[in-house]
This record gives sequence, structure tokens and C-alpha cells, in this order.
Amino acid sequence: MFEMSSNMLYIAFGLYLLSTICFAVSITGKKFKNKTGEERNKSALFGYVTAVGAVGFSIAYMALRWIAVGHAPVSNMFEYTAALGIAMALAFVILYPIYKNNYLGLFTMPVVMLIIAYASMFPTEAQPLIPALQSEWLYIHVITTVIGQGILAIGFAAGLLYLVRMVDFTKKDKKVKGVEFIMFTLVATVAYVGIVGGFQAAGYEAEFQYINEFEEEATIAYNLPPLVGPNEGELISEQGFDPPILMPEFIVSEDVNTILWSVLGGMVLYLLLRIVLRRPVGGALQPLVRNVNPQTVDEISYRAIAIGFPIFTLGGLIFAMIWAQIAWTRFWGWDPKEVWALITFLFYAAYLHLRLSRGWQGERSAWLCVIGFALIMFNLIFVNLVIAGLHSYA
Amino acid sequence: MKDVICECGHKNPYGTYLCESCGKPLKEEDKKVANMRYEGVARRSQTYSSSIVDKVWNFFSSVKVGIWIIVLLLVSSSLGTIFPQEMYIPPGENATEYYAQEYGIAGQLYYDLGFHNLYSSWWYMLLIAALGISLVIASLDRFVPLYRALKKQRTTRHAAFMRKQRLYGESDTDDSSDEDFDKVRAALKKKRYNVREENGNLLAEKGRFSRWGPYVNHVGLIIFLIGGMLRFFPGMYLDEQVWVREGEREVIAGTGGEYFIENHEFIVDFYDDDAGELFQEAITREEAPVVSNFQTNASLYRQPDDASIGGESDLEHVEDHEIRVNDPFQIDSISLFQVDFKLNELNTFSFGLEDEEGEMVGDVEFTVDLNDPEGFYEFDNGYTIEIMEYFPNFYIDDNGEPTTLNRVPDNPRIIFEVFPPELEPNEDSGELSMVGIQVNESLNDTSHTIRMTDADTIDVTGLTIRRDHTLPIIITGGAIFMVGLVQGSYWHHRRIWLQRKDGRWLIAGHANKNWHALKKDIASVTEGTSLPEPVDQLDSEEEPQKDE
Ligand code: HEM
Repeated sequence: MFEMSSNMLYIAFGLYLLSTICFAVSITGKKFKNKTGEERNKSALFGYVTAVGAVGFSIAYMALRWIAVGHAPVSNMFEYTAALGIAMALAFVILYPIYKNNYLGLFTMPVVMLIIAYASMFPTEAQPLIPALQSEWLYIHVITTVIGQGILAIGFAAGLLYLVRMVDFTKKDKKVKGVEFIMFTLVATVAYVGIVGGFQAAGYEAEFQYINEFEEEATIAYNLPPLVGPNEGELISEQGFDPPILMPEFIVSEDVNTILWSVLGGMVLYLLLRIVLRRPVGGALQPLVRNVNPQTVDEISYRAIAIGFPIFTLGGLIFAMIWAQIAWTRFWGWDPKEVWALITFLFYAAYLHLRLSRGWQGERSAWLCVIGFALIMFNLIFVNLVIAGLHSYA
Repeated sequence: MKDVICECGHKNPYGTYLCESCGKPLKEEDKKVANMRYEGVARRSQTYSSSIVDKVWNFFSSVKVGIWIIVLLLVSSSLGTIFPQEMYIPPGENATEYYAQEYGIAGQLYYDLGFHNLYSSWWYMLLIAALGISLVIASLDRFVPLYRALKKQRTTRHAAFMRKQRLYGESDTDDSSDEDFDKVRAALKKKRYNVREENGNLLAEKGRFSRWGPYVNHVGLIIFLIGGMLRFFPGMYLDEQVWVREGEREVIAGTGGEYFIENHEFIVDFYDDDAGELFQEAITREEAPVVSNFQTNASLYRQPDDASIGGESDLEHVEDHEIRVNDPFQIDSISLFQVDFKLNELNTFSFGLEDEEGEMVGDVEFTVDLNDPEGFYEFDNGYTIEIMEYFPNFYIDDNGEPTTLNRVPDNPRIIFEVFPPELEPNEDSGELSMVGIQVNESLNDTSHTIRMTDADTIDVTGLTIRRDHTLPIIITGGAIFMVGLVQGSYWHHRRIWLQRKDGRWLIAGHANKNWHALKKDIASVTEGTSLPEPVDQLDSEEEPQKDE
């Protein structure tokens, strides 16, 4: 059963890819075969149907895994992050029929794939639940939150689409740099997945003996070749080599090593893209989205956030408070994760109020959508893995 | 301040921008589309600005100010997560030193700025108060005018009003027919629009109640904030910790001595090999065993009303409960939560007595309950042993005096006075020795040695006793907030005005958001009629940037 659930996710991943391709064809196809309007329409339909199928398989993955492990598959980094990708796809599948915007598909599906691929870099095996998580509120709270965040993430995809459509890439100003930074982040994530996934598949492991922050001897295993080593580290495995630089004891050298690999890999990929395209990546995408109506995309992003905000609030704050009251005796305790959920809430509240005033529609609003999504990812990754609080189970 | 009289005859309050009744712009503006926010009615904040009260009112009613408050709250909240708050630093650590020690200069600065207790700092409280005030004033400022405007609006609007709507269409021939009019009306009704007619003009409206969503959600937020504030009033909030040893009973704080809790057994379970193959990989990855359950098997006892004070003997048994994480014991308004435990706390020491030759003295065997030691042990062979002093958690204080940190037997030391048969406990002084774990010192001339023969331990459960009378208010506020949020987000106020002027159609539409749905509605109700397709005047106003 467990294995079968994993296979479902693989199939879903393939379908997300297929859907991306279909949406790409539905857009670029116009240019090449102007007369065959009929066929063009079909590839968009096919893209949507594939996306629906992908979501179906994704849900099958969740259901089977739920049955296999005995609890909702939203309890560690892999499961939660994958659920976020799936929720984003689900939100797209629901929103697409309203606006029938193929460009949105072209921007959403790759992000969904990237999130799921990123998720699978975390340990994917089944994990038992510690007592604090043994509650039906686990799924009520987490699933509601993740659906809310998935819908908010559509706001990001539409915002990015807006920016790629509207920013003037012939200039070299802050806006272009901003869009290029988003592109770089996406590319660096691709690099991270490629590098970590590759070495994982190859079974790479370099082990070091080192002195940890408590000044004790310890060992640490690297799954990537060591660009930087641990404090007073000495290689003790066959694989690997002596790294050129050693880190001081208070830094988790393995994480620094992984980040270094991702950033370097991202830079290489990004530079390659720049060389091949000979212009900013956003600028290269712009001709593709020339026919996008900016008003429509702006409205899609606004609607996505207006729809996602109440759901996120319900799951991420209200249900969270109910559960915290039951499990931790208080509904609110200023734990970092709680605070960052509040910050996300306040941020989107500010966004909604800004939308009431003129001058905050369109481009500025698109930037806000991007920042909002950055907050969600920050809360998921940085707060979970770096700022340890009560929530850090993974 | 004078009322403004419109050409339709309606008297509008000073400051009105679009006539409340017919909608004719009362002030000239060169924008193509009218600002429909609050229907162009005057708000108090736009009308008065002379006195201090007015100034304060205007300040807090401004959305700009509201957004600033939200952003300031957001930024300052994030500062509090850079380093842990004081309540999350390891127990026993002193904040004065901890931050500097762990995080260096940045940590010291964090501490000095008071960020280690950021969320209860006066300025954070002030920000929350400002948010509350702003919510109240901004809502009051808009509620009445909006109510008036929505109530008073006439079906027939001035042509200038129509033309200034974002969605506007005008036919260029004068062949409008009653038949088309009826068709549109029927289609609108089918789409559940509320249709009103006047002199052959039509106003179709839908989802007006969603306009009240923001006000409902703001009221919910205010109630929520009030609930949060009430916590600081005495009696509203109880937060106590109680440690109960297995087999023992403790009074439950906050019940006036009425209720007692007994811990029959404290249990910790682990995921082990039986947990199934599925979890094996994860369990091996974790180097420590993974806990599956914390549980206290507890009983609740009640002091009967007529019982003598302090007598625990005649407690009535009320109820049993297995207290687990996520499953507290509910007693009236009080809840007992499983939050902590201590395994293998020292419980009893057993002792024997050794004479000068190192032989055990027969019959002298006794056990000391470390939580409730007896003072005196007498034996049949004439020996007597007295406990002179008992330090459950021994340490030497700053003055060099032996003392105890607390009543928890973490490091027990006992000073015994041994009276062999030839000494008389009441008159003579006996042999003094201090005994503890790995400690056995004689304090005067002793010929006997006390030997620890056994030590017994026990598990202790840590429960939190919680009563929170603010919860009903918080829940009410939260629920109202959610209702308002949904009301304002999932429904939208849409209006369509239809007029015939000299045989020509005028059609205008306004939505407070979700224009897409309104456009689709208009397209579908005008289908198959001679009505013009309204254009989105914003599409042409903001000329999109050119490609390449
Ligand atoms: C965290 C606090 C707040 C939350 C969660 C909140 C929430 C909301 C929401 C969801 C809306 C509806 C927006 C929309 O329909 O797109 C709204 C509208 C509004 N809010 Fe707030 N709000 C907050 C604080 C404030 C403050 C401090 C002010 C003070 C100026 C304010 C003034 C307004 C106004 C004037 C509206 C528009 C009302 C209307 O459309 O008639 N809000 N608020």
C-alpha cells in the first residue's frame, strides 16, 4: 500500500509535466500554425484534463499513504511540502474554469512540480506520530491551512505572470532585477533538486570526524561532496575528499555545504540560460505572454488571495488555536511558527486593505503577491528547519 | 456646513461627492471613472477636521494609518522570532546572561532592547491597542454613510453617473424595444438579481449584504482583542503547574480546596519493534527512541461540603480519566493537561546499621519516605534513630550553610542521630552522621555507621491546571470574524443600471470586486438583445506597456 501510494505520486508528477507541456503548446502553437485554431484549443483542454488527472493521482497518493501509515500524510517536511504542491494544483484546477487562462497553467504547473520535487528531497519514509500530533486536529488544521496556502500560491503564479508581461526588460532597473531574482530562486531550486537528487541516487556519502559545538568528538555524514567541512573535520570514509575550507563549530557545516551547492548550481544554470537566451530570463519569457490581458491576470491574483485568505485564516490561525488549546493548554504562545503564521495573516490583510486604495492595483499588487508567497515558503522552510520551536518535529 | 442640493432635489450632507439619490457627480473631476468607494458619500472624517477629537478621529479612520499599524505589528512581531523569547529559553537559565552567552553581542542587544519579552512589552501592547482603536473608528466612520447610501439609492441615475461607471455601454441607434427590456429583466431575475424599476429604468442588484462583511469581521476582531485583554484581569485566567507522584493526591489549585487529583500511574510508551515494519526506517534514523504516548491514570476526588477542613480521609471519588497529551481532564471550567513528567524520582531510602566491627546490627532496618520522612525510628533491640535534619535537595548556600533548594528529593541528605541502647534519646546526644547518595560523613564521634541498603524510585507526572474564562469571548470573536470574512470574500456586491434615453440604451455596471463575474453576467443577460456590450473603461485608461 505504501509503495503504491509513492507510485501514485510519481504518476501525478509525470502528469503535471505533461500538463505543463500542453499549456505551453496551447500558447506557442498559435504562432506557428495560425490557421489551426481548433487544435490549439484542444491542447489547452488537454492540459487542463491532464492537470485534473494529476490532482486525482495526487489525492490517491494521499489517501493510500493515509491508509498505509494510519495518519494523514501531513506530519513531516516531505509530506507537508508535497501537500502544498498538491494544494496549489488543486486550487488551479478549481480556478481555471472561471478564467480559462492558459498562461496561468503555464506558470502554475512548473511551480507545482518544483514544490513536489523539493519535498521529495526530505526523508520520505513513513514516520510514527509523537503524542502531541496524535489528534484529529492534525488533519483538520494542516489540511485547511495547506489548501489556503495553495490558493494563495496561485496569487503568486498570477502575480509573476503579470510581472513577466508588464516589466520593461530592456531597462536595467530594480524591477528587472527583482524578476530576475525570482527566476534565479526558481532555477536554484531546480539545481538543488538535481544535485541532491543525483547524489542521493548515486548513494554518495562522505563521513567526517569532527569536534562539535559542545567540544565533543562526533561524526557527520555528508550526502554531497564537501565544499566546506566541519570544525576540525577529518575524512573517515572512503568516498569524499578533504574539503578546502573548514567551518567553525557553531555552524551546521552540512547545511552550509548544501546551500553552497544549490547557490553555485543555480548560478551556473542561470548563467547558462542568460548566455543561451542573451537577455534576462523574464525578458525571454515575455514574448510568450504578450497576449495576456494584464487586467485579467491582476484580477485573478486578487481573487486567488481573496479566496485563499479566509481559508488560510481558518486553518492557520483559528483551527491552530483550537488545537493549541487542547494540546498545549493555551491557544496562543508566541511560538515562532505561530508568530510567522500571524505575520502571513497580517501581510495578506495589509494587501487586501491596500487593494482598496487606488495605485495599488496591477504591478505593485503583483509584487505583494510574490512577497506573500515568499513568506509562506519562509515559514515552511526557514522557520521549521532553522528557528526551532515547538513545531519542529521534522 | 451646508447641505448640498442636487438638481434632482435631494439634500446631501456636506462633502458628498456623488448625489446619494441620483448619483450625479457633485464635484467636477476629470477622471473617466467615478470613485465609487462608499458610493461617494461623505464620511465624518472627511467633513470635520477642526477640533482635537476630529483630528484623532481622522487619523485613526484612515485606511493608510490602519495599514501602517498592521505593517508595524507585522515587522515588530518578526523581530521577536530572531532569538527565542524568554519563556522558551532552557529552564533554569538566567536571561541576563543567557542571551549574551548564546548569541554574543547581538544577543546582548536583543536582551537590552527588551526583545526577549517583546510580545508583552508596552510598545507592542500599544500597537495592538492602536489597531483596536483604528478598527473601531474606521468602522464607525464608514458604517452610517454606507448604510444611508445603500438604502437611499434611486433606480434612475443621472446620465453623468452612468457614464462614469467602469462598465458602461451606450447604443448608437434608437431602436430599443420593450421586448428586449423584458428579456433582460427576466434574465436578471433568473440570475437572482434583485430588480427594481422606475419610469422604465431598471436597477438590478445582488449580494448587497456582502458589503457588511468587513464591518462584521472588524467587530469580531474587536471582540477577540477585548477577550485577549481580559486575561489580565484577576480571576479570568488560571495557569498552575502541579506535580503528582504515583499513588499520591494533590489539591487542584483554583478550586478552593474542593477537588483533589490522584495519580495512579504514569505511563510512557515508545514505538518499538512491534510498531510495524513501516516505521522501522524512521525509528532507526532517530537515535533516541520515539515516544508514542504520555499518560496519567488519574482519579478526581471531591471534598464533601460537610467535611472538616483539611481532612483528606473522607474524600469522595468522583471520576477517573486517562489524561493524555491532546486529551485533558475536564472538571467544570478547569482542565488538567498532561505537560511534563519525571521518571525515576527518588522515593524511599532503606537503611541498615553497622557497628564498629563492620557487622550489621540485627533488627535495625528501616525505610525513609523521602517525601514525608518520619522523625523517629525505634527498634526492639533498644536502638533509636532520629532524623535531625532533612534536606530534600541539598546545597550549600552563599553563607556556607547547608540548606535545601526545594522540597523535591533530587539530592537528598539526611542527618541521623543514632542512639545505641546505652544512650537515652531525651537526655544524651547521639552519634551524628550525614547520609546521602554516595555520601556518608560522620559529624561527631561515631562508633556506628548507617548504610544505605536500597533506594526506590517513583514516576511523577506534571500537569498544568488551566482555567480560562476569556475563552467564550475569544471564541465568539473568532467566529464572528470568520463569518464576516466569508461574507465579504465569497459574495460580491454587483449592480447593473439600465436606462432608455430617447430610445437609446444606457447600461452601466458596478461591482465592489470580482468584475469578471459582473461582466459575464451582463454578457449573458444581454445576449440576443439589441443592448450594447458595455466596455471596461479601465482597460483603455491604463494603456498597457508595449512589448519588446
Ligand atoms: C488585522 C487586522 C484587520 C483585519 C484582519 C482586517 C480585515 C479586513 C477585511 C478582510 C476587509 C475586507 C477587504 C476586502 O473586501 O477586500 C477589510 C476591509 C476594511 N478594513 Fe480592515 N482589517 C483589519 C484592520 C483594519 C484597520 C486597523 C482598519 C483601520 C483603518 C481597517 C479598515 C478597513 C476598511 C476601511 C475596510 C473597507 C470597508 C468597506 O469595504 O466598506 N481594517 N478589513
